[in-house]
Amino acid sequence: MKDKLKKRNNYFNKLAFTLGLIFIFSGVNFVSAADDTDEEFNPGDMILHHVVDDHIWHFYDGPFGTLYLPVILYSSDRGLEVFSSSNFYDDHHQLVTYNGYKVDHSHIVPVEEGRHILDFSITKNVASMFVSVALLFLVFFSVRKGYTNNEGKAPKGIQSFFEPIIIFIRDEVARPNIGDKYEKFLPYLLTIFFFIWFNNLMGLLPGAANVTGNLAVTGTLAIFTFIITQLSGNKHYWQHIFNTPGVPWWLKIPLPIMPVVELIGVFTKPFSLTVRLFANITAGHIIILSLFSLIFIFQSIWIGPLSVAFAVFMFFLELFVALLQAFIFTILSAMYFGTAVEDHH
Amino acid sequence: MDLVTPGIGLIFWQTLTFLIVLLILSKYVWKPIMNALKAREGSIEDALSAAEQAKEDMEKLSADNEKLLEEARSERDKIIKDASSMASKIREEAKEDASKIADRMVEDAKHTIDLEKQAAINEIRNQVAELSLKISEKILRKNLSDDKNQKALIEEYMKDLNQN
Repeated sequence: MKDKLKKRNNYFNKLAFTLGLIFIFSGVNFVSAADDTDEEFNPGDMILHHVVDDHIWHFYDGPFGTLYLPVILYSSDRGLEVFSSSNFYDDHHQLVTYNGYKVDHSHIVPVEEGRHILDFSITKNVASMFVSVALLFLVFFSVRKGYTNNEGKAPKGIQSFFEPIIIFIRDEVARPNIGDKYEKFLPYLLTIFFFIWFNNLMGLLPGAANVTGNLAVTGTLAIFTFIITQLSGNKHYWQHIFNTPGVPWWLKIPLPIMPVVELIGVFTKPFSLTVRLFANITAGHIIILSLFSLIFIFQSIWIGPLSVAFAVFMFFLELFVALLQAFIFTILSAMYFGTAVEDHH
Repeated sequence: MDLVTPGIGLIFWQTLTFLIVLLILSKYVWKPIMNALKAREGSIEDALSAAEQAKEDMEKLSADNEKLLEEARSERDKIIKDASSMASKIREEAKEDASKIADRMVEDAKHTIDLEKQAAINEIRNQVAELSLKISEKILRKNLSDDKNQKALIEEYMKDLNQN
């Protein structure tokens, strides 16, 4: 027992050490990023660069420090083009034009005027998402294995960590908000919850991408919720929108004020879902990066401890926000489903 | 503006990835987990209700036992009461019989004594009458042996008669 504990302690120590190393290196990363511009340090550019998507996955300067991701372009005249993003960089990591394309502020644009392209590249966010999806599969398939291995018995290991969360989503999020028909929506709710949570946490790792702090990602998730809500909407749901009960008739005829308001409400829901998740996650990243930028703005190492102290505080806050935002997205989705399938009362 | 411009590529990959994740997790993870959870909760529920049932049965059983015991006790009490009342009744009857017999015996004895007494009295009477006769005869024989005495007697009788 003691041995096991010691072993576990040892394991945690190692983990902490590794994470610390990564942190230090990513700190170096900031410095070099600042050096690259050769000019005055611009915190705005640096922060934006870290928060937005990119075609390369940059961990640190030097050999093997950058992962060049595949670029996939579609244009009506050239069709589908696939090549490595390393083609845009020369030996000194300076941007060059390739095959009639250049990179402008992390965007691939054609050199030729008037050409239009669609960029389906595996960007940093996409790659990071794949990693978190792989992690998601790894984790939940092993959780599932727990149910086959000790069937009918108490949960064990990773299964016992996730089971209360799964039950929480079922009993506290899905069932009270949706009602009797919750089972149909449960897989979706569980998936978005863990998808968002995992990606939020992944985004907190140094060097990782800001997946859930991207409007494309949050918007897509919100649209899923939106589509599912509209598709499961029953008669009462639509009646509530177009002929809201308990509202004076003159708000509906001749000017359909209430229906218009309700209809706008239908679309503001996914919009608010999109912006809430995006803003919360991105804001956290920006704050942590800003705190580190202070060191370089003041050009004093003495700001360091202060910045780190604040950043550590923010980091813990972000760990909480990661969970909270996943939960909020899930419970709001559940509530929208609930209004869609609610029986007349 | 990079920050607020969603890229078409990311939307595409996100949609594709999320759909795949949703389908795979739903089918191979959430469904079996939910079924397992439901089965486990069901079995726990069953076990709990079975325990409850067993407890209830036990309670009922002990209540039944109590009732049986109570019945047996009251039965015993009744039997004892019946027996004692029967015994006292028998005793009472026996007493009554005995006193009746005694009374009758006394009565019979009295009757017999009376009869015997009567008989004895009659006997005495007869003997007294006989003796009186014999005595009278002897006296008469002696007194009437002469005429003078006979005459005196007759006179005396006559006197008595006249007086009347």
